[in-house]
Amino acid sequence: MFEAIAFYLFAFLTIVMFFITVTTSQALYALSALAAGMIFISAFFFILGADFLGAVQIIVYTGAVMALYAFGMMFFDSTREVKEKQGNKYIIVGLSTLAAILVVVIFSAPMVSDKIVALYPAIDGVGNTQEVGLVLFTKYLVPFEVAAIMLLVAMVAGIVLAGKKMDLSITLMSDSEIEEQKNKKVLS
Amino acid sequence: MDTAYLIETIIKVVVILLIFSALAGIGTYFERKVLAFMQRRLGPMYVGPYGLLQVAADGIKLFTKEDIIPTNVVRPIFKIAPVITAATAFMAAAAIPFFPQFTLFGYTVHPIVADVNIGILYILGVMAIGLYGPLLGGMASANKFSLLSAARTAAVFISYEVVSGLAILAPIMMVGSLSLIDFNNYQAGGIANWIVWSQPVAFVLFWIAAFAETGRTPFHLIANDHEIIDGFGTEYSGMRWGLFFIGEYANMFFISFVIPLIFLGGYGDGSLLGALGLIAKVAFFFFFFLWTRAAWPDVRPDQLMWLCWKVLMPLAVINVVITGLVMMF
Repeated sequence: MFEAIAFYLFAFLTIVMFFITVTTSQALYALSALAAGMIFISAFFFILGADFLGAVQIIVYTGAVMALYAFGMMFFDSTREVKEKQGNKYIIVGLSTLAAILVVVIFSAPMVSDKIVALYPAIDGVGNTQEVGLVLFTKYLVPFEVAAIMLLVAMVAGIVLAGKKMDLSITLMSDSEIEEQKNKKVLS
Repeated sequence: MDTAYLIETIIKVVVILLIFSALAGIGTYFERKVLAFMQRRLGPMYVGPYGLLQVAADGIKLFTKEDIIPTNVVRPIFKIAPVITAATAFMAAAAIPFFPQFTLFGYTVHPIVADVNIGILYILGVMAIGLYGPLLGGMASANKFSLLSAARTAAVFISYEVVSGLAILAPIMMVGSLSLIDFNNYQAGGIANWIVWSQPVAFVLFWIAAFAETGRTPFHLIANDHEIIDGFGTEYSGMRWGLFFIGEYANMFFISFVIPLIFLGGYGDGSLLGALGLIAKVAFFFFFFLWTRAAWPDVRPDQLMWLCWKVLMPLAVINVVITGLVMMF
């Protein structure tokens, strides 16, 4: 019974949060609702007994949404509403409804036809973390490593793009040197 | 899920909530007293003996003060931000074993609300959500100083989390579990078994990251009085402002529980002496938070990021690699 209550509570909360994210025209509401929705999703993992994935969901998405906040802070006055350019409303509503139905059909088709089997069923007496590790480093080793390489590429690309003045560290300078740099910028 | 379990859990939750909200209040008293003695003052002296009732006076003041919500703020976010800080601090406590299990009137009590087998990950993750309080409060406040504080919160968040995560990885590799109870049992053999002897680097790194996590003085840049007034708290008044502080002090207590549990043997073999030992360790770590506040200057945001990314993170990675090599051969 508790599982059912928890499931419906968090399902309702998650849907409301993502609805706010999509419909509101204020950056701060949208970001906060997004963060809350992402954190509420972790509840489903906890209900299903996948504690490790639940905790990872919390850690990853708090960090990710925090980075979004940083961008939101830079680009918008977050206390004011953003004026959105409204396109053709019918196309937007139609396409998003179609996409939502498609996603539901894709994920519910195997369940309806009863073809869903656990390829790697949970082993009794083995912890959650160990099970994730077992699957990750046997069956899914190649995708895992490819994902790692992609992240590495993205990191290197980010450093190259952002690192124009990497040799210049304000932290290691003395105050007089910082002043010198400032004056140089003013003069040039 | 039987009724006894449910009642037991609810009682535990209420007890933890009451004890640590009270401790958070008393924590402010300790802080003022310790700071005062280190600066050769007396600190609070007038309310009650040695100023002990100052906490009650402050509480009454905070509770009865008018809750002002300024005109230009984003109302719902502004209202909920302090609640996030306080609530997540207490949510993190769900996976902390505060004491060894003991028997009360023939009923065995486990002083941990939920013994999830990923305890330490859960605690770090939920404590990290706590930084959303300062961030949201700062961004919703429509105040330039608050906005600066929110930006610094984001900077602190992305800097410290990598360090604390990587630092904790090496002990996790040794213990082979994420549950704090397993951590404690691993070190139950006595002082020689403490993880701090084999992982001194991880211990220091995690300790430093704990200061950033709770926003205490070397990394108190989120709400530095002399630079940005009170940062995210500038526009707050009354109990909403107080909630930020309950969250901060509760976080300090909980992280003071987590550090000894991971590195310093926790409650040891589970005897009364071990439990008292844990309390002593927690008291030391809490005192250390106050000590650093009296003894150290604050760092700048760029210095914090430089420290975390260029010094502590490489150290943590090297520590993890060396631990892996030692465990392999």
